[in-house]
Amino acid sequence: MPEVMQALAPEAETQTPKSERFFVRFTRQQRYMHAVLFTTFLGLAGTGLPLRFSDSIWARGMAGAVGGFGAILFFHKFCALALTVAFLIHLKEIATRGIYQREKGIFWGATSMVANWKDAKDLFAHMRWFLGLGPKPQFERYAYWEKFDYWAVFWGMIVIGFSGYAMWFAPFFARFLPGWALNAALVIHSEEGLLAILFIFSIHFVNTHLRPDSFPMDMVIFTGVESEKEFEHKRPQEYARMVREGKLEGRLGEAPATWFVRFARVVGFTAIFIGVTLLILTLTAYFD
Amino acid sequence: MSDLFRSNRHQRIAAITLASFALCLSPHRTLAQSECLACHADKTMQDSAGHSISVDGDKFSASIHGSLQCNNCHADIKEYPHPDHIAKVDCKTCHADEGSKLAASVHSSSKEHPCTSCHGNAHEIFPKTDARSAVYPLNVPKTCGQCHSDGAMATKKGLPSVYPHYMDSIHGNALSKEGLLVAANCQSCHGSHGILSHKDPKSLTFKANIPSTCGTCHAKINDDFQAGSHGHGVAKGDFQAPVCSDCHTAHAILQPTESAFRMQSTPICGSCHKDKLSTYHDTFHSQLGLLGGYVETARCWDCHDAHEIHPSSDPRSPVHPANLVVTCGKCHKGANKSFVQYQPHANAHDRKLNPALYFIRLFMNLLLISVLTFFVVHTVLWLIRSRFDQVKRNSGNGGRHA
Repeated sequence: MPEVMQALAPEAETQTPKSERFFVRFTRQQRYMHAVLFTTFLGLAGTGLPLRFSDSIWARGMAGAVGGFGAILFFHKFCALALTVAFLIHLKEIATRGIYQREKGIFWGATSMVANWKDAKDLFAHMRWFLGLGPKPQFERYAYWEKFDYWAVFWGMIVIGFSGYAMWFAPFFARFLPGWALNAALVIHSEEGLLAILFIFSIHFVNTHLRPDSFPMDMVIFTGVESEKEFEHKRPQEYARMVREGKLEGRLGEAPATWFVRFARVVGFTAIFIGVTLLILTLTAYFD
Repeated sequence: MSDLFRSNRHQRIAAITLASFALCLSPHRTLAQSECLACHADKTMQDSAGHSISVDGDKFSASIHGSLQCNNCHADIKEYPHPDHIAKVDCKTCHADEGSKLAASVHSSSKEHPCTSCHGNAHEIFPKTDARSAVYPLNVPKTCGQCHSDGAMATKKGLPSVYPHYMDSIHGNALSKEGLLVAANCQSCHGSHGILSHKDPKSLTFKANIPSTCGTCHAKINDDFQAGSHGHGVAKGDFQAPVCSDCHTAHAILQPTESAFRMQSTPICGSCHKDKLSTYHDTFHSQLGLLGGYVETARCWDCHDAHEIHPSSDPRSPVHPANLVVTCGKCHKGANKSFVQYQPHANAHDRKLNPALYFIRLFMNLLLISVLTFFVVHTVLWLIRSRFDQVKRNSGNGGRHA
């Protein structure tokens, strides 16, 4: 397990020197939002998969474990409502910051989630670096794959949410949707849900948490802060910009409490464990 | 159980033999019961083969034949002492009608005495309305089960074991648990003396005759069935069409509103309507239904009706376009004309039938495949490269952990 030792090494280093500085990357609200997102997502995946693969060997056992289909549908709808509320809060937050407070950089620029020309260039440069054909690109605050994650979830919530509510309140939606749209709703809901599950439980897990630079887990989404060394290594362009603009000190944060890091790690690994289990079940059912 | 039945059978054989011997010992030509019983009341009395030839005089006189004299049946005994070996009693002498029916039935080849196999000890036969009778409605299944259950005679000859199935069925439960005398027992459907193979067109259980056999009790359902497509098919001699037992089974009949039957029902219809079952499987109705614990989900007959089934083009069909709002509305409160355009058997793989659905599915699949393919390649290359980079970086640190 060289990776594990690898991962423990930088952590040991960050803890020894007391002068190590930590910088804020995510606000408390953003961290809560991620917690609500992954909790409800696991809930939705766990209750949606037995339905999607209802003829698989594990579906009935899984449904039975939570109290049969009635319970499954209840949990699925409950998580859906919670996630919808979280999504609406997020939209309100963007609207407030972007339109009401006229915060620069939320819709465009280096700190925006909106894709730009640099992302396209970074993607190609990154791929060239994979193949040893060029230098590693210097990432800004949000790298292209992080923006993809964000927009995939954004689009996914709209698509899955809308098709889900169309099925939940089918007679109501049928007032202004044609009947075949209800057929389409199930196809869209289950295919997009499947894509989300496969993507999050494999690509997102590896890209964000399990790759050597972050292994075994990128704690920044839980603690909100990262060490200066990590900041500089992962997002050199943002770091350089902060230094250049003299804003680096403004983002200084406190080192996370040890108990909180431990707690977050348990929560994070539980989520990854559940996710990987669901991924394996999905793959067995898919290729059955 | 079966051992018990077998020993009963031996006892009966012994009883017949014993009755025969009883008359041999009788001193007078009249051979009144009391005279025979002078010897045969002895409970230890045995023939040369060691079988009991004792008769319980009290039980015999209480039985349906109690007013008869012994030699009314054991007619070859004229005097006492009687010969060692006497003829088998022929019940046909009096019961000619039953005898001839039996001779033509599936039980005609029975090597053992066919009458006593079902009616029990020859000297202890009671009318079928008497609870002591082996053919009293509540006793019939057990009587037939002597041969038609696991490991018993009929099953050894390759016939299915039906007794346990029947006992667990709605008919068996009504009979054994409620003591419901009108509940169907074996002979309600199969008849008694003239039981024929289900392959015989005259049999009550011949495919074409099953609806009317069940209809003896379930008259309204039989009428509905006869009016529907399946009934028309059977009437025309199309034996592909199902009759009662194809869906409900013959012996293990369940209460159709119970979850057990609802859970097993769709594959039954699907065994003929294969394409409909496979498209049903793609829908939310089926996904729900398969999980269990939610038996209300629409199964075939919730929409199509169970007995009087018509094609959807027929205005009498609940799935005729004009009736859909009512039919779907049974579960979906507020179902309207647009809602019922939903296709419960849509086929997303059929471009001609469901073009919109076909292209939506195609788009979603392409999206799924392209996103995953791109990112799997991306991630794998990234993993290799950053691991390579990390090792190189650390080797600069004196090769630590590399």
